[in-house]
Amino acid sequence: MIRSLYIAAKDLRTELRTKQVLNSMLVFSIVVMVIFSLSLSDVLSDSSVIDRLAPGLLWIAFIFAGMLGITRTFASETENSCLEGLRLCPVDSAAIYTGKAISSMCLMFIVEIVTVPVFMVLFNYNIPNIPVISIVILLGTAGFSVVGTLLSALTVKTRTREILLPVLLLPLLVPVLIPAVMATGKILAGEGIVQIIMELRLIAVYDIIFFTLARMLFDYTLEG
Amino acid sequence: MGSIISVKGLNKKFAGHVALHDINLNIEQGEFVIILGPNGAGKTTFLKILETLIRPSSGSVEIGGMELNRSALQIRKMIGAISHESYLYSDLTVEENLRFFGKMYGLSDDELIVRIQLLLEQMHLEYRYLDRVSTLSRGMKQRLSIARSLIHDPEIILMDEPYTGLDLQSACNLERLLLESSKKATVLMVTHDIDRAFCICDRIIILCDGTISSDIRQKDISSAEELKNIYTTIFDGGA
Repeated sequence: MIRSLYIAAKDLRTELRTKQVLNSMLVFSIVVMVIFSLSLSDVLSDSSVIDRLAPGLLWIAFIFAGMLGITRTFASETENSCLEGLRLCPVDSAAIYTGKAISSMCLMFIVEIVTVPVFMVLFNYNIPNIPVISIVILLGTAGFSVVGTLLSALTVKTRTREILLPVLLLPLLVPVLIPAVMATGKILAGEGIVQIIMELRLIAVYDIIFFTLARMLFDYTLEG
Repeated sequence: MGSIISVKGLNKKFAGHVALHDINLNIEQGEFVIILGPNGAGKTTFLKILETLIRPSSGSVEIGGMELNRSALQIRKMIGAISHESYLYSDLTVEENLRFFGKMYGLSDDELIVRIQLLLEQMHLEYRYLDRVSTLSRGMKQRLSIARSLIHDPEIILMDEPYTGLDLQSACNLERLLLESSKKATVLMVTHDIDRAFCICDRIIILCDGTISSDIRQKDISSAEELKNIYTTIFDGGA
């Protein structure tokens, strides 16, 4: 686990130094919020409309901004054959995978931490239960990163990875996206954690299953 | 001295193409072995199998008495790999790269301080240790790449065309470093530079179409010219 953290720390240090991916992710999510706030300016005063639109809007911003980041997860390792250098170290491939998933997750959290307040300001909207919605976002983001990291490694050597990755990833994300959007909607409608327990369970089970599977399959992904 | 690398009946196929066929080889501890052969002879594939990056199709490979497929992680601790690729992160500094790879090899902070200082002095890079790798010249990157591969003081050094892209002075520096390293470690080097390799090796293996065509002791050959003649004869005869 400690080596996974070193890998994640290395990735985050590189990213915070260059901001190659983070800037694009942030700009994308903010632009999405601005465009929607402009197009929905007529109904911004009606909070019941925003209640219904907000879950989809937030998750669109998170997922597509995350997609920008996840395509670069392993692309940065292809320069100077760094991935090969990493594989030469006495590190289990599952540890490499975990480190990469953690760094992807952290980048998405940074984007989400910026996006949510931007949404609240632009839509003049008050999110009622911030701690509970944070749990939903945390689990949903974990699910996205867990699957996205595996597919990013799988597609890194392909010429059309920017196209191929979303095509493969989005269908696999459906089981985590549906409960995440539903849970977000319920929280925005004023419900508490008890009412979204089923959705949280579904997302947690998805995260655990795909994390375990991805760790098992990752070695074959690297060799392929 | 015993064999540190033992290869028996090694075969490797890629989608129907035979890259290596029935390789049998024992390499003694402390030997400096060069592997020669034309492009596509299977040199890099052989090295990548020893590096545990590629699994053999059949046959057995033992390194330090450990079976390759069963003890890959333990074997990697023994190996330092140098390639024409630097395996370095361009946006990290010289020191950060060495520290990161040192941590990957399980070195403690105290060990790292000593090793990084020693290696940077040996590679004459101590004055650049806070600079990003992207600002280094090709020769400096190659020296840093060697430092990276030696960070855990490996028993076996595997090199794949380490002279690629180096100017004359950098190549001479590299040669000096290799000679220093080979005093302690077993070295396998894939190269096309027969003149340079002849001067520093103990043994020459020539690969042709995935098989060992020749396995010669350096002391049995009088000069690099004779080695070139042997090399040419093998491939002219095969043509």
